[in-house]
Amino acid sequence: MNRAIYARRRLVNRTFLTLSVAAAGIGILALALILGALLLNGVAGLSPTLFTLDTPAPGSVGGLANAIAGSLLMSSMAVLIGTPIGILAGTYLAEYGRHSWLAFIVRFVNDILLSAPSILIGLFIYELLVVRMGHFSAWAGMAALAVIVIPVVVRTTENMLLLVPNTLREAAASIGAPRAISIRAVTWRAARAGIVTGVLLAIARISGETAPLLFTALNNQFWSTNLNAPMASLPAMIFTFANSAYDDWHRLAWAGALLITLAVLTLSIVARFLESRQR
Amino acid sequence: MVDLALTENLVAHTRVAVLRRFGRSDSRFRGLTLAAALLVVAIFIGIMISLIGGSWLALSTFGFGFLTSTAWNPVTEKFGAGAAIYGTLVSSALAMIIAVPLGIGIAIFLTELCPRALKRPIGTAIELLAGIPSIIYGIWGLFIFAPYFQQHVQPWLIDFFGNVPLLQDLFAGPPYGIGMFTASLILSIMILPFISAVTRDVFETVPTALKESAYSLGCTTWEVMWRIVLPFARSGVVGGAMLALGRALGETMAVTFVIGNAHRINESLFAPATTISATIANEFTEALGDLYVSSLIAIGLILFGITFIVLASAQIMLRSLERRAGGRAS
Repeated sequence: MNRAIYARRRLVNRTFLTLSVAAAGIGILALALILGALLLNGVAGLSPTLFTLDTPAPGSVGGLANAIAGSLLMSSMAVLIGTPIGILAGTYLAEYGRHSWLAFIVRFVNDILLSAPSILIGLFIYELLVVRMGHFSAWAGMAALAVIVIPVVVRTTENMLLLVPNTLREAAASIGAPRAISIRAVTWRAARAGIVTGVLLAIARISGETAPLLFTALNNQFWSTNLNAPMASLPAMIFTFANSAYDDWHRLAWAGALLITLAVLTLSIVARFLESRQR
Repeated sequence: MVDLALTENLVAHTRVAVLRRFGRSDSRFRGLTLAAALLVVAIFIGIMISLIGGSWLALSTFGFGFLTSTAWNPVTEKFGAGAAIYGTLVSSALAMIIAVPLGIGIAIFLTELCPRALKRPIGTAIELLAGIPSIIYGIWGLFIFAPYFQQHVQPWLIDFFGNVPLLQDLFAGPPYGIGMFTASLILSIMILPFISAVTRDVFETVPTALKESAYSLGCTTWEVMWRIVLPFARSGVVGGAMLALGRALGETMAVTFVIGNAHRINESLFAPATTISATIANEFTEALGDLYVSSLIAIGLILFGITFIVLASAQIMLRSLERRAGGRAS
């Protein structure tokens, strides 16, 4: 009788532990399958012309130069706009607001924005900019991406500033440094690696964002640096090409997907390394 | 003597000037950070206002019937959110059913079973899944997963459940490859890392003494996890799951590729369907007419409402946990 119970408990234990190992296996298998497929299909599409030629009409030779340039341009502008705002807001939460009700609301709203569907941010910028300007534009694309950058930077900045020991702030105050100077010269400097981590994570996040670009920057088959006109981007190009019926477009879509994934994974690994150093 | 007094006066004067300048720059900097913080709130309110404003036309035309109607006809300009809401909720629910046990399983593996040396690499690998952009999941789902699923898994499932009452309706119809079930599977892979990361973190806050006392009474590892660790970490696990649900509900690109974009409510999970975000992504730039555009924004507003409720409750749960953890530490 007792032995039966023991056997049963042991069996249950073993079953569920095996299942949890299997769960981890499934997770790793999924990652391996996705990365494997990307490498297999993406490498075939890699060629020097990928970076020098613009997106082709179906059947002709081409590359992704305009999409790569568009993505780089819009992402870097979005980071330039979003980072200062994010760092300042994060500084308010960690240094000035802390326990005030306003900081509580900002924190709450920021965390909602952090996980809010990015397509809604696209709709917001569409209403705010595209409708008013009367046309799609790279400006609108940048604004949409910047709105995604801000909450990421706010969150990491606040977290990293809170890791800075209070004794540092007190030391700065004791030698008569005003609050603003002590924040800029002491706390920011102490948390620098952490804040950079946040910016890298934000870049990683927006470099693959597609939904908010679809009806802000739209897409463009041609080379364009006009910020007032629709602009190509890698994710939007992948969306168009993958949904097409042409094999050479599919190849370009895979090559673009490989580029984005490499960029994103590199960024997140560097960010992870920096973050572990900060902690 | 006179000179000294003069210098002292001068020093005092400059000191006052410097202090005043410090004070000014101090309040300016504070104002700047405050403005940035308020901008975050302004963006949130702006999103809300622009969605409400944009959907006004559709909502005033169709009224409350918009929520339940499954009509979606751009030609006759009859729109309803029913099919899109159904697809959003069902695909996310299905993804949760798959991902929550898997995510908890991974967390158990990482906290209890994994050899120490492998802990970080395996944990990192799972978290990298969260970093992969959704469009990559989309293209992988469309070109690799869906064809494989169509040829090797779907026919088998259809045969297998063919004579089981109830289930035969869920797994019925021709194997398209794309459809609700495929979208849910892809979604479940995408949200898996969110669940496992949060769950692992809360598992690690469980006091060792609690676990050890259970072990000392002769509990097996599974019994400790199921009866001690999970109940203790419940609000954290639920919070993490809600966070993942918020992601799943609003996920756009991955779903758009594989769900099939059909404005129909179909019993079979293998049938093409649509979600709110997939509908907007597919149709927005091609939508003609104010009512069509407004209807698309209106379903966006509904999505905003649903995700807000889910994400807000996730936050409340995780915050209370944080407070508990903080309280214990001090």
